[in-house]
Amino acid sequence: MDPENVEDGVDEAEGAEGPGGVTRRDFLAGSGLVGSALAAGTLAPGQARAVEPLVAPTAEVPARTVALLVNGKTETLELEPRVTLLDALREHLHLTGTKKGCDLGQCGACTVLIEGRRVNACLTLAVMQQHRPITTVEGLAPGETLHPVQQAFLSHDGFQCGYCTPGQIMSAVGMLQEPWGPGDDAVREAMAGNICRCGAYPNIVAAIQSVRRKP
Amino acid sequence: MQPFDYVVATDVESALAAMRAGARPVAGGTNLLDLMKLHVEVPARLVDVNALPLGQVEATATGLRIGALVRNSDLAFDTRVQERFPVLSEALLAGASPQLRNMATVGGNLMQRTRCSYFRDASQPCNKRLPGSGCGAIGGYTRMHAVLGTSDRCIASNPSDMAVALAALDARVVLASGAGTRSVPVTDFHRLPGMHPEQDTMLRPGELILAVEVPDKPFSARSRYLKVRDRASYAFALVSVAVALHLDGGRVREARIVLGGVGTKPWRCHEAEAALTGKPADEVRFKAAAAAALRGAKPQGDNGFKIELAKRALVRALHLVAGEA
Repeated sequence: MDPENVEDGVDEAEGAEGPGGVTRRDFLAGSGLVGSALAAGTLAPGQARAVEPLVAPTAEVPARTVALLVNGKTETLELEPRVTLLDALREHLHLTGTKKGCDLGQCGACTVLIEGRRVNACLTLAVMQQHRPITTVEGLAPGETLHPVQQAFLSHDGFQCGYCTPGQIMSAVGMLQEPWGPGDDAVREAMAGNICRCGAYPNIVAAIQSVRRKP
Repeated sequence: MQPFDYVVATDVESALAAMRAGARPVAGGTNLLDLMKLHVEVPARLVDVNALPLGQVEATATGLRIGALVRNSDLAFDTRVQERFPVLSEALLAGASPQLRNMATVGGNLMQRTRCSYFRDASQPCNKRLPGSGCGAIGGYTRMHAVLGTSDRCIASNPSDMAVALAALDARVVLASGAGTRSVPVTDFHRLPGMHPEQDTMLRPGELILAVEVPDKPFSARSRYLKVRDRASYAFALVSVAVALHLDGGRVREARIVLGGVGTKPWRCHEAEAALTGKPADEVRFKAAAAAALRGAKPQGDNGFKIELAKRALVRALHLVAGEA
């Protein structure tokens, strides 16, 4: 999973001229709807000879009962198979601490623990994770006392805007159970799957190291 | 994602039966669900194979048998792999992120599809996604594309790190179908694009990966993976090198050299291996091997730099393995 592909798209926009003499940049600037236009498959006139129109919806697949064990509590939902674990958590259980960033496994904002292991909730289906213990950021602190990693992020100012923070914290908790070396470089490598647009990385590393170095 | 049906298989037989009925197997889901969100893959039915008994790494008389469902992280941290097949552990840890490695399986890693941005964009022509529609990459933006094994239909590179290491270890893929099981070398598992870039592998319809077998060879333990990318971590390879050497008194008795990031499949370099065999392990021979490895490489616009980069990466990796760096 590589955010590079996103960058590829940006580079492509620099000079590529479409068959109709419309550059992608012109189109995007004119449309004012960069993300949604692309997501919906809308194309500039010059790009309209798309070879593969987005597929027509196949037959409806009915919802089925899905039992999720989230933060120690069994939740029963009626979900279509295509509902990701991330969408089940946010849209159906209203546990919005887990964030949707890229929704393609590239940013780490949706990191949760399944059976104690950190995973991207956007790239698994809710129906695939039935009855497995799932921990979200809401389930990290048992009461009013913060989890040591949560407290460390506060103490070390490990965030700015905070959007990536739940994923960073869940990833750090998962990392503590994995065989990484003691140095800062190991933390940076082990946390490479969590992107922080604000660039709070030095403080995130300090926060995690403070937890790892506690006797 | 488009709607799709979902069934669970509890053993190999029920998985194969579901696949015969048209279902696509899903394990980690990290590549398939990603492509389904982009409408590049549109299966009508998935069969969840996670409950199949394929999740163990077992010692055999000749090496290790790695179940298709072993997660990439578990394999990377397996002490037997770290000690006997270090190139495999290093390649796995150089791929994706810790979260993805906790999900992704060995079988899925072999099956992962190219990161070509034209393949991943359903509005673009792509012979791999839609045969006969053309190739958007040829004459387009090609910085990440292949320089070896390309055809006039497709220049997409294979993205796997793990497969590059497995190819250097003489590993074999064990496959099952209704007709029984068979095994093929990893080096034959992926296909050249040729006239049919839509066929990534030689897997037949209805066939399922059961395991990967890695034999202990005299060169296996002296092996390294070197990956060059646009940033320090969490990016696909511009160039990668898997090297394994059997050294005897400063001479190379046997060598394995496989390149990643530059080929349409994991690229084993027989000529480079031959250039080293029986020769002293030194800079002169390493450079000769690098020249042999990239002979025949064909630049595609933006990616010409990969040829020199791959040569230098290979020389560096050979020094690392020979212990002279």
